[in-house]
Amino acid sequence: MTLRDLYLLSPEMAMAALASLVVLVDLVVPRTRVLATLAGVGLLVPAALSVLLWGEVGGEASGAVTALSGTLVVDEFSLFFKFLVLGIVGLLIPASVDYVGRFLRSPGEFYALVLFSATGMMLLASTTELVSIYISLELTSLPLAVLAAFLRDGRSSEAGLKFLLLSALSSAILLYGMVLVYGVTGSTRLEEIAQEVARVTAGGGPLFQGPVVLVGVALMVAGFGFKVASVPFQMWVPDVYEGAPTPVTAYLSVGSKAAGFAVLLRVFYVALQGEELRADWGGLFAVLSVASMTAGNLMAMLQGNIKRLLAYSTVAHAGYLLVGLAVVAGGGGAGEALLGPSGVLFYLGAYAASNLAAFFAIIVITNQVGSDQISAFAGMARRAPWLAAALALAMVSLIGIPPTAGFMGKLYLFNAAVQNGMAWLALAGVVNSVVSAYYYLRVVRSMYLLPAESDEPVRASAPMVAALAVPVLGVLLLGVLPNLLLEVAQSAVGTIQPPG
Amino acid sequence: MSEEKWLLTLVVFLPTAGALGIALFVRDAGRVRRFAAGVTVADLALATWVFLLYAREPGGFQLAVPYGWIPLLNAHYYLGVDGLSAPLVLLTGLLGMCAAFGSWNIQTRVREYFVWLLLLQTAVMGVFTALDFLLFFLFWEMELMPMYFLISVWGTGRKEYSAMKFLIFTILGSAFMLVALLAVYFSTGTLDMVDLGQRDLTNLKLPAQLVYALFFLAFAIKLPVWPLHTWLPDAHTDAPTAVSVMLAGVLIKMGGYGMIRVLATMFPEVTAQYAGALAVLAVVSVLYGAVVTVRQTDLKRMIAYSSVSHMGYVVLGISSLGAAAGGANALGLNGAAMQMFAHGTITGLLFLLVGQVYDKAHTRHIPHLGGLASRMPFTATVFLVAGLASLGLPSLAGFVAEVMVFLGTFPVWGWPTILAVVGIVLTAGYMLWAIQRVLFGPALERFAHVKDASLVEAVPMVALLLVIVLVGVYPAPLADVFNAGAEQVVLRFGP
Repeated sequence: MTLRDLYLLSPEMAMAALASLVVLVDLVVPRTRVLATLAGVGLLVPAALSVLLWGEVGGEASGAVTALSGTLVVDEFSLFFKFLVLGIVGLLIPASVDYVGRFLRSPGEFYALVLFSATGMMLLASTTELVSIYISLELTSLPLAVLAAFLRDGRSSEAGLKFLLLSALSSAILLYGMVLVYGVTGSTRLEEIAQEVARVTAGGGPLFQGPVVLVGVALMVAGFGFKVASVPFQMWVPDVYEGAPTPVTAYLSVGSKAAGFAVLLRVFYVALQGEELRADWGGLFAVLSVASMTAGNLMAMLQGNIKRLLAYSTVAHAGYLLVGLAVVAGGGGAGEALLGPSGVLFYLGAYAASNLAAFFAIIVITNQVGSDQISAFAGMARRAPWLAAALALAMVSLIGIPPTAGFMGKLYLFNAAVQNGMAWLALAGVVNSVVSAYYYLRVVRSMYLLPAESDEPVRASAPMVAALAVPVLGVLLLGVLPNLLLEVAQSAVGTIQPPG
Repeated sequence: MSEEKWLLTLVVFLPTAGALGIALFVRDAGRVRRFAAGVTVADLALATWVFLLYAREPGGFQLAVPYGWIPLLNAHYYLGVDGLSAPLVLLTGLLGMCAAFGSWNIQTRVREYFVWLLLLQTAVMGVFTALDFLLFFLFWEMELMPMYFLISVWGTGRKEYSAMKFLIFTILGSAFMLVALLAVYFSTGTLDMVDLGQRDLTNLKLPAQLVYALFFLAFAIKLPVWPLHTWLPDAHTDAPTAVSVMLAGVLIKMGGYGMIRVLATMFPEVTAQYAGALAVLAVVSVLYGAVVTVRQTDLKRMIAYSSVSHMGYVVLGISSLGAAAGGANALGLNGAAMQMFAHGTITGLLFLLVGQVYDKAHTRHIPHLGGLASRMPFTATVFLVAGLASLGLPSLAGFVAEVMVFLGTFPVWGWPTILAVVGIVLTAGYMLWAIQRVLFGPALERFAHVKDASLVEAVPMVALLLVIVLVGVYPAPLADVFNAGAEQVVLRFGP
């Protein structure tokens, strides 16, 4: 390890240091607002360091710098995710101040765990080696399990335990898949795996005759499937989403999904290339994609609890996102195939904005009315016109109706599917989007059409208003000028192509 | 030229600016009304300016400047008008103004109401002026949410059911359109509607017939064409008056406009191939709509069904393009376009009048009404003229349009046209019968308190009436502009 390595790792290190600092300060000043301010302002340090790194590898100088003997890489792709995670956490902290102050007993631990998990997410985006991927995943998941149980009531504890157990199970499956891939290719570094795959594919060697690699890949798909909440690995989602504190649910739905996709893209696009292999896992993702969106949407229709509804919605959105990975099976050219990952990146940004806007509005409303039922949102249009409008906009964006970020995200992803000759996948996505309108609009209907139970206005605190305004404006801005993010996404995926 | 470049942007987004202004600054209900009315009047003035600025001589697309928007998708912010859309922009401005004045009686959630109404106007204006397919789709979709809320919150009767039905039909149509649009885009790499209107789109990645069918479904739902019309009577009946005016006046014209702009212009071969089917659907719509209209007892529902019948003429006019090579002429298409304009003004006016009757007499049930002419002479007179215009009395707008449709279509589709003319007879039947039952007969005691329209209520009626008479007596200024657009389309059908 050299100083240079430290510099390349500095955003993650700053993040972990900030988390530790929050715990330490908590010993002296255990006040929510102080700790939240510290955590929020402290984020500027990793953000600034990431900007510095961007200056080195981003834009014109587009390139990748590896660190720690090639286990980590700093490139536009990883920095894209670092900024995304920083943005999510940066919004989550002010948005959770009221909630933490009211319901959670130890604010210091709460913020520290959020930051530790974010450290894991940022690392995940950078890792290029199976073992460090595994470790970063655990660093991401373990704090989330604690956070899910943070309310310390029955449901919350159940959520935490469920998340912990299923996360452990999925990690084990993932690890088993990694072992198989390592056993066959003889390396844990993605680049070397890719070379081995290329060598064997070119020479028609014996390594891939058997099903070992395919089993390994399938197990890895299963392991990652848990993290991104895709069918059939979604069963933990509704209970955990419902039981966890709402800010944690928000964090889970956008943060761990983004990190999961970062590592999925990296592993599959860099390591598991090769015509035949690509068609195999691409086809697998295509099936998972359609299954996820269909099952997620159908189940979401039956939900009366808004957190469960959004839980199934997140499953459906995992399905849309998987379109971006499935398109490699279509056999388009290299240029077309990269439309998939860049579509995923843009969609993750759009989804994060829409979902955060939705959850922030939900946090305020449910805190006031004391219920997570959709029926409790009745008449919100009158009790809280701006909050209702924000939530309605988020729902519209999640359906994918213009002029919102959600529409542009879907357009771009489905564009990738059609360009790669997988029009049927785009069609499935479009039909599913239409179906999803039904349940998203139920929330809107409840807010705008049903009479309010009381006339008492619902008000958001100043930090919450600020936190809510950013994703709402983001949804509209990306819906009208998607280029702002699209170009960044397009350029960011340039570095995850396989070597050679 | 510099200000003209921004003219269309201004026309489209002035209502949005107004909506924002209301949401942020105007609180008092009375002020909201006046402010919204002011915005729509200004937008009408701008729309009129667009119409007058449009130079028939060179024709083609004018006031059009593309700006880069999403380079990665080759999408542009591209607004412009041609002979086809310039009058529709004018129509939208006119009916937008009428809708704002027609909403004076809205009492609940006034601010919200006008915000949605103004956003709706932006959406429609955008559809008629967008020359980039993605932008077109964006505006097309933008109309959804305002309509949903306007019907479901301020409507009457089974308003939520109707709003949801409208929404589901429209979303389904948009989904079809999106797929077709993507198919065109992926095959050609361009979203420029002007460019696409000059290309040969027979070799797409999907069969051209399929793409055509998807587009057709989207537009046919909107127009609506039988048997996709079932959302329309519900939505119309349960919508508040002004929203019915917008719906009948301009929203369903989006379907007809789409058929001409997209189906006929971009897919002339397929249009010619299936023109016979179009003619049949048109005739079924005309006759079915008319027969069902006769049976209605709800005055508003009656007008709603008559729309299905009258929009059938638009499709009939478009089907005339299917003439054997060389025989295509612009007359039928001109008729279709004229019919859109005429129907927009006439039916818009009829819905305003029905709203008047309902507001004052508190019922729309035709058998319960009667003798209103003596209580509200002004409304009754306007109603009579509008009814006569609707059944196609010469010297009023409806006549010009229908005659053009029939003259243009008869040489191509003889029998269908003859059958469609029967629709006129039926229209005369139900319209006169309804007018007789509602307005004339002995004055009823229970309507003794009924008052005539107030000044504010009279403004949109007089405006629409003037336009109807003007177009009926001297259609040339309007017809010439339409013709400038129609001729370009006909050129696509070969010499």
